[in-house]
Parts: sequence; C-alpha cells; structure tokens
Amino acid sequence: METVTTAIRIIPLEHYIILCAALFSIGVAGVLFRRNTIIILMCIELMLNSVNLLLTAFSAYHSDPAGQVFVFFIMVVAAAEVAVGLAILVMMKRNINSVDINLLNRLKW
Amino acid sequence: MTFLFYLLAAVAILTAMMVVLSRNPVGSVIHLVLCFLAIAGHFILLNAQFLAVVHIIVYTGAILVLFLFVIMLLNLNPTNEPRKTPLTRFIALIAGGLLFLVLIASLRGAMEIRAANPFNHEIGLVRDLGKVLFKDFLVPFEISSVLFISAMVGAVLLGKRDPLTKN
Repeated sequence: METVTTAIRIIPLEHYIILCAALFSIGVAGVLFRRNTIIILMCIELMLNSVNLLLTAFSAYHSDPAGQVFVFFIMVVAAAEVAVGLAILVMMKRNINSVDINLLNRLKW
Repeated sequence: MTFLFYLLAAVAILTAMMVVLSRNPVGSVIHLVLCFLAIAGHFILLNAQFLAVVHIIVYTGAILVLFLFVIMLLNLNPTNEPRKTPLTRFIALIAGGLLFLVLIASLRGAMEIRAANPFNHEIGLVRDLGKVLFKDFLVPFEISSVLFISAMVGAVLLGKRDPLTKN
C-alpha cells in the first residue's frame, strides 16, 4: 500500500504536466469541435479536472495541503456551474427547441 | 506502480478523446465517467484519498448523473445532432494540438522545480486536510455556501417556466 500511494516519488513531475496538458487540450479542442451545448459543458468539466489533477500532483510533490484544498473549492464551483449551465440548457431547449450553440448568436457583435 | 500510472493515463486520454468524437451524447457521458474514474485513480496514486472519494461522489455520482438525466429529459438523438463543417472540425483539431505544444513548451521551466518541503505522505488524508480547511480556509469555505445558495436559486429560476411568455 505504501508503495502504491506514493507515486509522486517515482513518477517524474513532467509526466503529470504532459498528461494534464493533453487532457486540457482535448477539452479545448472539444469546445471548438462540437456544436452540441451539452458536449461543450462536458468538455469544460474535462478542462477543470485536468487542472485539478495537476494541482494535486504539485501539492503532493511539495507536500503542501493548500493545493488540495484549492481543488476542493474548484469542485464546489464546478458543481454550481453545472447546475446553472444545465438549467440554461433546459431553458434553451424549451424556447428554441434545439441545443445548437450556433443559434445563440444574439449577443455576438 | 509506474505501470498503473501509465495505464490510468492512457485510459484517461483515450476516453477523453472518445467524449469529443462520440456521435451519441449518452456515449459521451459514459466515456466521461470512465475518464473521471481514471482521474480518481490518479488521486489515489498521489495519496489524495479525500479528493479521490469526493471526486467519485461529486463528479461521477452527482454531476454526470445530472448530465445523463438532462440528456434523457431532452430526448437528444444522434440523427438530428448539429455538426460543424469538416473544415471547422479540422481547424479545431489543429488548434487543440497547437495549444498542447504551447503548453508543453511553456511548462518546460516547471520541470526543474525542486520540492519545497520534505516529503510528507499524510497531507491528503481526511484528518490533515480537514484541519487545513477549517483553520486556514474557513472564510472561503463559508463563502462557497453562499455561492451554492445563489446557484441553486438561479437554477430554479432559470428552470421555471415564465408565465408571461407562455404561448
């Protein structure tokens, strides 16, 4: 057990950086790639999670618990954001009967 | 041990790609569940046990079930799925790849960082994290409850049907 849960001493930190950068880029590409609003919300969740993982890796590497508390607050904000985002999505489906993000262009200048 | 890290990393990246590429929204959610479970495995490897448990409960248990619930409620089917043109999708992939390159290049300086404190494997346990949360971060913790209340009120207001614009 002791050898399993101390990955940060064996895995170099740059591997975590590469993994999280890859996950974040996949999230950004997904936001640009899709027009379905619900998939775009999921890609935002993916980006938040890649940042969470990197914060935890740095926190474990420096043995500083503040990073993990910050991850906890990011999770709180993500939960609130998803609740409001899905409410907006339901309203959008009810009003224009579509989940296409390109139809919401009235705020575009 | 190292094998576990690379296995979880491969699962996380492959399922994240499937989230973007999957035609069916329900398939996307299922792949996102797998991706988040892999990230929870990473938290366990980092000995952040509290975060691993909270991650599984909040993300897999609450947020993704909410996503699945809304997809079922809206009755989205893959046939009338809005799609971008092939050129836009190709540009999106190129932009994502370029962002990855820029991130790696700009984070190269972080790879020579030395650990600030002597190694302590107990920081991610519930007892130690709770002490930090309720001693140093008590005010942000209370403010986050206000955020939750306002988010709840906002979600209820947005989800309610407006009686004036009823047709």
